[in-house]
Amino acid sequence: MTRPSPLSRSLLVLSGVMLIVWLILPLVPLLIWSFARGWRFPDLLPQQWSWQAWEYALSARSGVVESLGVTVLIATLATALSILVGVPAGRALGLYRFRGKGLVELLILAPVIVPGIAVALGLHGVFIQLGLTNTLAGVVLVHLVPTLPYMTLVMAGIYANYDPAFEQQARSLGASPLQTFIHVTLPAIMPGIIVGGLFAFLVSWSQYVLTLLIGGGRVITLPLLLFNFASAGRNDITGAIGIIYILPGILILLFTARHLSGANGAVGGFGRT
Amino acid sequence: MSDRLRIVLLLAPAMTLILVLFCGGLAVGVMRSFNYMPVIGLTQPNLDAYRAVLSDPAVLRSFLLTFHIAFTSTVISAVIAIAAALLLRKSFAGRNAVNFLFQLNLTVPHIVGAVGILYLFSQSGFFARMAYQIGLIARPAEFPALVFDPFAIGIILQYVWKEVPFIGVIVLAQMQALGTDYESVARSLGANRWQAFAHVLLPLILPGVLSASVIVFAFTFGAYEVPLLLGASHPQTLPVLAYKTYTDVDLAARPQAMAMAVVITLLSGLMIWAYLRATRARVRA
Repeated sequence: MTRPSPLSRSLLVLSGVMLIVWLILPLVPLLIWSFARGWRFPDLLPQQWSWQAWEYALSARSGVVESLGVTVLIATLATALSILVGVPAGRALGLYRFRGKGLVELLILAPVIVPGIAVALGLHGVFIQLGLTNTLAGVVLVHLVPTLPYMTLVMAGIYANYDPAFEQQARSLGASPLQTFIHVTLPAIMPGIIVGGLFAFLVSWSQYVLTLLIGGGRVITLPLLLFNFASAGRNDITGAIGIIYILPGILILLFTARHLSGANGAVGGFGRT
Repeated sequence: MSDRLRIVLLLAPAMTLILVLFCGGLAVGVMRSFNYMPVIGLTQPNLDAYRAVLSDPAVLRSFLLTFHIAFTSTVISAVIAIAAALLLRKSFAGRNAVNFLFQLNLTVPHIVGAVGILYLFSQSGFFARMAYQIGLIARPAEFPALVFDPFAIGIILQYVWKEVPFIGVIVLAQMQALGTDYESVARSLGANRWQAFAHVLLPLILPGVLSASVIVFAFTFGAYEVPLLLGASHPQTLPVLAYKTYTDVDLAARPQAMAMAVVITLLSGLMIWAYLRATRARVRA
């Protein structure tokens, strides 16, 4: 191909820089606000810097640390349950052809596309009957609706490239079903469990309206707290909570970029929350 | 153990959860939208809620606003995402770092992006301050309303910010799998750069772009927290209105909230259908 002229080359670089700046820009005011002591119009930067917002956010009375714990607990439980349920389902979809497979795939995919609010309004009525509203267990259960599809689809992909003959060989050499699973199956599917698990964790981590409705204001995760401080106009504390809230996702992206290169196509799913 | 039994056992836990939580939730919502609630003695289904919802001009305005947000966000995101993928597939110094930054906000929850957009574009936000510093405006109120505005500009800005990397990563993976051979052939046969893109590369990546766009459209159509934070108080988007109606002190309004949820679901059902068609087209291609 022809070599681009210096002018079109610098235009390309400029548009690339603008793209990246635009993608990072909305996060910058959050970081600045978290260290600002009053940041009035029309100052481009705060007149005074301070640790106040961080001190408050990390103190017991703000509820941020407690809420962080609740968010981690819910995301961890939802991830663990998604793994327990999604790994077998992924095995069925990846290894076998059977009648009704299309319907099963549709049912598993549907919660990704059908808006959470449509499901949650109906489910709220059921959960009231079951005593699950306003409880952590109820919130974990409702988070499974968006997390399970990702886990199952990732595992179906892993099992589609998996050869079950190794399991039969292990069995014929005298390994028990449990030994076969631990020493043969598990190492082979581990990359899928890690990627799918990180997906599921982030999807649960990002939920807002499902938690709000089923948790009924009793189960307060970080995004709910963030919204409260944002609508109360406490920009400095909102900034600090926002930074705390996005850190796990950025760490997970760093981890997957380093250890699981080639998983880029799968990382695309992070956006769907 | 037969394969059949094995498949049933492997799928049973996932199917149970999906049937109870997802299908059950939807089914109860549909029943309530028809005023059918045996628990509280309503055993005569009727269409009152749909009549009320579909004849309410406020709901129509909400629908149009929601459609405008979803459609505009999706189209702008897809176009920028294709351009970004064309840019990022080239080899250049620092490509890994740039790719990381490009994917960074995929992991950032929508609500954080919405707060960021608020701090950038509100009338006392960063861009308003810039406008003041260079003398374009004298007061915050002179800065154009880009959030809480009737055209939902702030909401669309947030979705474009969030969805460009989502579609972009998918398109980029597709372009890398395709390589540049097809375009090179077209160029050597006399096509110019634009023709090689429009007639060779674009048709090849279009199914992927379409299926990613369908996911984005369905998501932005049904999303709640971004329009809640960045939207005007009138009209509200359909999901915000449905939630507000559901949590209204007047419990009699709940069937109407359910009817709105059913309308949202039907529209996303249409999206699933379009999505499956798009992915099937990709398999054939």
